[in-house]
Amino acid sequence: MSDTALTTPQGAPLFHLADEHEHEEGGSTALGFWIYLMSDCLIFAILFATFGVLGGSYAAGPSPKDLFDLPLVALNTSMLLLSSITYGFAMLAMQRGRSGQVQAWLAVTGLFGLAFLSIELYEFAHMIHEGATPQRSAFLSSFFTLVGTHGLHVTFGLIWLVTLMVQVKKRGLIAANQRRLSCLSMFWHFLDVIWIGVFTFVYLMGMLR
Amino acid sequence: MSSTADAAPAATHSHGHSHSHEHAAHPQGTLKSYAIGFVLSVILTAIPFWLVMSGALPMQATAITIIGFAVAQILVHMICFLHMNMKSEGGWSMMALLFTLILVVIALSGSLWVMYHLNTNMMPGHDMSQMP
Repeated sequence: MSDTALTTPQGAPLFHLADEHEHEEGGSTALGFWIYLMSDCLIFAILFATFGVLGGSYAAGPSPKDLFDLPLVALNTSMLLLSSITYGFAMLAMQRGRSGQVQAWLAVTGLFGLAFLSIELYEFAHMIHEGATPQRSAFLSSFFTLVGTHGLHVTFGLIWLVTLMVQVKKRGLIAANQRRLSCLSMFWHFLDVIWIGVFTFVYLMGMLR
Repeated sequence: MSSTADAAPAATHSHGHSHSHEHAAHPQGTLKSYAIGFVLSVILTAIPFWLVMSGALPMQATAITIIGFAVAQILVHMICFLHMNMKSEGGWSMMALLFTLILVVIALSGSLWVMYHLNTNMMPGHDMSQMP
């Protein structure tokens, strides 16, 4: 049965080489990475849905109005937005083939990302110090899960960014490195898109509840 | 063995091939698109923060407005920073995005809708036997 499927009527073995037109190396990386980001988007959608359901369950504990410091969140947001535009500048430098400028903009992006993480960790530490731990209420559990998952993504993005700085230093702006920089660009801007959802639905809407 | 057979023509053609593919596959940003995206993002971020911090509008109106601004800013990021368009990757990026958006809308609205009704119906003092 399987023999007939794999051979032509003449009995010669049939290979589907016609479909195998040449693929340049990494030609499908951008689409593949985009599909990964979409799956990541679903993770965040579920965390947003969880927060949406549990966000009002304070268990007689602190509410967003007691905990959130909007000027600090605004500062945090500006750090991430600035890191987005500086990564854009790194990509523009990459298109011009200036590896020195790419390194400099990547370093600036990394510093903004680090500032974002530091402010977020300071905020978390402050909340936990006040007794607003993830165990305190369903609201806080879902808050720490959602915002913490985003922070974890930024952390891994930073590790990736440092790795790429080393790669560009060692190998220059070869095709593989350009592809990697493009992927990190998508990842970094995607995290900024998620943050728009976080500051709108968690922080700003939280203050309105 | 088929990989070695494929590798040879792929290597010889790779230069011209990659060049012709470059524009269709990886739409690249320009300084103008990044600058427009950044300025719009700053405006679309500053106004919601100002609205909530100053309390200039009634609560309901503020909520609707900031959601509108968030959607607008997500679109700005998608177009200016992620360079989304109908043509990139032969339209498959957009298809993946639309499919994901449908799933996100179902997951979000479904969860909120079901759990809201569950919450109100499980409220203490709500007698189910009184229901028609």
